[in-house]
Amino acid sequence: MKTGIIVFPGSNCDHDAFTAASRLPGQSAVWLWHQSRDLQGVDAVILPGGFSYGDYLRTGALASYSPILESVRGFARGGGPVLGICNGFQILCEAGLLPGALMPNAGGHFICRPVRLRVENATTPFTSACAPGQTLTVPIAHGDGNYYCSPAELASLEGHGQVVFRYVDENENPSPAANPNGSLANIAGICNPGRNVVGLMPHPERAIEAGLGSSDGLAIFQSLARLASFDQPVPVLK
Amino acid sequence: MSLKKSKSTLEPALPNKLIPIEEKITVADLKASGLTDEELKKIVQILDREPNRTELGIFGVMWSEHCSYKSSRIHLKQLPTQGPFVLQGPGENAGIIDIGEGWVAVFKIESHNHPSFIEPFQGAATGVGGILRDIFTMGARPVAVLDSLRFGSLSEPQNQGILRGVVSGIAHYGNCFGVANLGGETRFEDCYAANPLVNAFALGVARREAIFYGQASGVGNTVMYVGAKTGRDGIHGATMASEEFCAASESKRPNVQVGDPFLEKLLLEACLEAMASGAILGIQDMGAAGLTSSSSEMGGRAGTGVDLDLDRVPQRETGMSAYELMLSESQERMLLVSAPGREAEISAIFAKWGLDAVAVGKVIAEPMLRVRQHGRLMAELPNDALTNAAPRYDRPAAQPVPDWPRERPTGLRDPEPGEALLRLLASPELASKRWIYEQYDTSVRTNTLLAPGADAGVIRLKDTHGGLAISLEGNGRYCRLDPRQGARLAVAEAARNVAVTGAMPVAATNCLNFANPEKPEVMWQFRETIAGLAESCKALGTPITGGNVSFYNETMGNGIYPTPIVGIVGIIDLGKQSNRSSNTTFIDVLSAALPIQSSFQHPGNEIWLLSGAPAMNADETARRFGSSEYAKTVLGALWGEPPALDLQQEAALHKLLRETAAQGWLASAHDISSGGLAVALAECLLAHPINHPPGPLLGLECELSEKPAAENLFGETASRVIISCRAEHAAKILAASERCGLRAHKLGRVTQEPRFILKFQGRSFMDFPVSDMVSIWSQGLSRWLEPAANPDSLNRGVWA
Repeated sequence: MKTGIIVFPGSNCDHDAFTAASRLPGQSAVWLWHQSRDLQGVDAVILPGGFSYGDYLRTGALASYSPILESVRGFARGGGPVLGICNGFQILCEAGLLPGALMPNAGGHFICRPVRLRVENATTPFTSACAPGQTLTVPIAHGDGNYYCSPAELASLEGHGQVVFRYVDENENPSPAANPNGSLANIAGICNPGRNVVGLMPHPERAIEAGLGSSDGLAIFQSLARLASFDQPVPVLK
Repeated sequence: MSLKKSKSTLEPALPNKLIPIEEKITVADLKASGLTDEELKKIVQILDREPNRTELGIFGVMWSEHCSYKSSRIHLKQLPTQGPFVLQGPGENAGIIDIGEGWVAVFKIESHNHPSFIEPFQGAATGVGGILRDIFTMGARPVAVLDSLRFGSLSEPQNQGILRGVVSGIAHYGNCFGVANLGGETRFEDCYAANPLVNAFALGVARREAIFYGQASGVGNTVMYVGAKTGRDGIHGATMASEEFCAASESKRPNVQVGDPFLEKLLLEACLEAMASGAILGIQDMGAAGLTSSSSEMGGRAGTGVDLDLDRVPQRETGMSAYELMLSESQERMLLVSAPGREAEISAIFAKWGLDAVAVGKVIAEPMLRVRQHGRLMAELPNDALTNAAPRYDRPAAQPVPDWPRERPTGLRDPEPGEALLRLLASPELASKRWIYEQYDTSVRTNTLLAPGADAGVIRLKDTHGGLAISLEGNGRYCRLDPRQGARLAVAEAARNVAVTGAMPVAATNCLNFANPEKPEVMWQFRETIAGLAESCKALGTPITGGNVSFYNETMGNGIYPTPIVGIVGIIDLGKQSNRSSNTTFIDVLSAALPIQSSFQHPGNEIWLLSGAPAMNADETARRFGSSEYAKTVLGALWGEPPALDLQQEAALHKLLRETAAQGWLASAHDISSGGLAVALAECLLAHPINHPPGPLLGLECELSEKPAAENLFGETASRVIISCRAEHAAKILAASERCGLRAHKLGRVTQEPRFILKFQGRSFMDFPVSDMVSIWSQGLSRWLEPAANPDSLNRGVWA
């Protein structure tokens, strides 16, 4: 199982994603440079967090036009698993691979702290090792994580099981108190209709060891490791 | 004449005349340079001619207080700088210590006070940017930043605005760059209202053999310029930081540089890649005094010179003069020396990261800084004249007459102890600083074991068995009353914060913030501070590896309290206790041995006080209570002296903590500092590092051996730590304490029921639900900063 980690100028969670994606037995990772179109035969792609191109236009906007994104689009169309974390999620939305947009946090500033997530869809290539409804403690670190989409898009997301993660409180309710950034319906992560493209604001790659605060993020990379046992690059979805 | 010897090494050939062009300097030029008439005379003597306008400007920045340390240098020599872990002491971009297994840590603290007052956001942001460049210019990847901040009272809206700006500036730069913020400290005092302090610390790690120095070696080698283009921003930044502020300082806003953390991130990656390629021989960041200091210092260190052609310097604005180009403090720029013939390779690496690397000069044999523009020689100055020949002042010092009482003023009434405790917990000084550090990325790079909220920040080093603990401390109130004792206490407390995690404090860096050194009483404070630092650093085994002096923190005649900030770095062994074989990953090590947290962990654990505090009679106790947070917040007074400190006992305490932690006997350990015993006990229930969310609230029940007088509950006597442990470990800890000549005293136990109960002679005199204390403490700072209408603040649970 070989995962490609895209490096944009300004990516700063690329090393963390690389470590997490190459940590489990049989897993390896390679770097994919933003100006290249070569995906080097990877089985999955991760767009890591950071401030791609300085995020000087809108977050993720410039990165969505980079050469590597053209290849990622083709890869995703063919069912290839693609994960966008934080800035990577913003890029996937800007690139039209996922619906909606990430707006500035409702509180007005950057927030970094652990949050509790509920896995709403355990059938994506990045959540298959989770139990449906399982909660994960994973840190967030963003200024623009306030998920928004149109009412029609939201109905469609909910109707098709495309909400993958939701912010929940200690009683596992998606309460306003559990919502760190004002996201619609406490949405922390979503997938495309094919479920092979997943984006989330929290950082599972930072929650891979108890000493750091949590190892719950490992579930995402264990899910990825499971893909190796499938003949197809993507698990067969209903 | 020595000038004749020089031959142009640059194309195109220069006119025959090798004496710099004449530009008569005026009185206005001299004033702009910040130099005195005496200093100008000295320059004329050294050069044996009058400097031209460009040269005068160069002298102005290089001989400024900020760059030359002219008022402090003779005193700084007293600081201990050598030790078993120190590889590089003061004088380089940053200090270096050996952290084992072939790795080194590179770290330093620097002030950005003046710019942060004029423009809080950019001032603080570029402060972080500057210290990060100091670290990676030495070949080390930055892995941690911390900040020490001082503001005026938050009841003034202007101070709230400065705090908001500073915090978002630090967050903006560090978060985008991608370095974990491990916290630091924030304090409030009226004297900082028009003189806020922003001291930024950064630490990086590198392989020992991969360290780079700022040297221009190899005559004929190409000097290259990389990074941002040069503009007119920040001209005179160094001289601005070397004078008092007056009403006209608002007009200095253009002197504050503008930071671009994205560009700095690219510069980091490009520099580290180019360094690893072997194509770079020496590299130096352009900080204060930009092109001038980087080129003269690189030549100075190597005994060579640098010949610069300013026409080749990438410029953001048109028509910039040599004077402006040499003095600009545009951010995110580096100067480097290429190995012969490898210029194209360097350019290719920088181009990959979207950056230009341009040849702007050559290394020359003459120890000179030579500057050309439009085919004319604009300046030719000996390196030595700019650096070593800078004036050294032994400024007059005189002990100020205390304007505070020696004894506690009569008529001050102590409230009931419970009320006092709640008032202290609600004060911005002691309340949770979460509103601040939640805005910082504390977990990027996945090294953070103890994030802000802990006594010290702790990171692990991925490729080793070890980690590093870091703490910043400084107490201006203590230093005002007795700068020598205040400095000793700052070192002791920073080192204690490191020691409670189980780490061994091994080195220090310092940022010395003072008012106008031309005032004898300020100079006296400075000299006393140095003496105190030297004494404490020697006794605790933490030599100073570098730092920064910031004078002239004075606005319209009102100076700050003497405020030395000490940063201590400790080494923590994370591997020794585990049965780590060579093929296990770092993950297994972490689950075996983690740093000790400050908060209580398990109900039923015993609570003990470990103490190396000197014995005091009632009079001394009362006198030293005048420097406490209680005296300030509860009584609104200041008197007497700072707390007592016995450095030998302090060192013994650090050793005891390290040994008991290594044995696995400590469940938690927390330093007693501002607010004394009662506040420290409360913090053991309230505070936690932000990366380790707590479980259900715990409580405590403690029996005090001394009567619950304010001095006993809230006094800040040093060398004391609260620990919690399992009952079977308590006897062992007690025996170990006695062996070290320290006292251990059982206070009580951690309870399942979340109540805070303090008793004396079996009777409880304080009994609060911990949940009440949580809400008071967690909103003490944020209530001043968070608009009430903000839905985020309303929605967020106290622990959220």
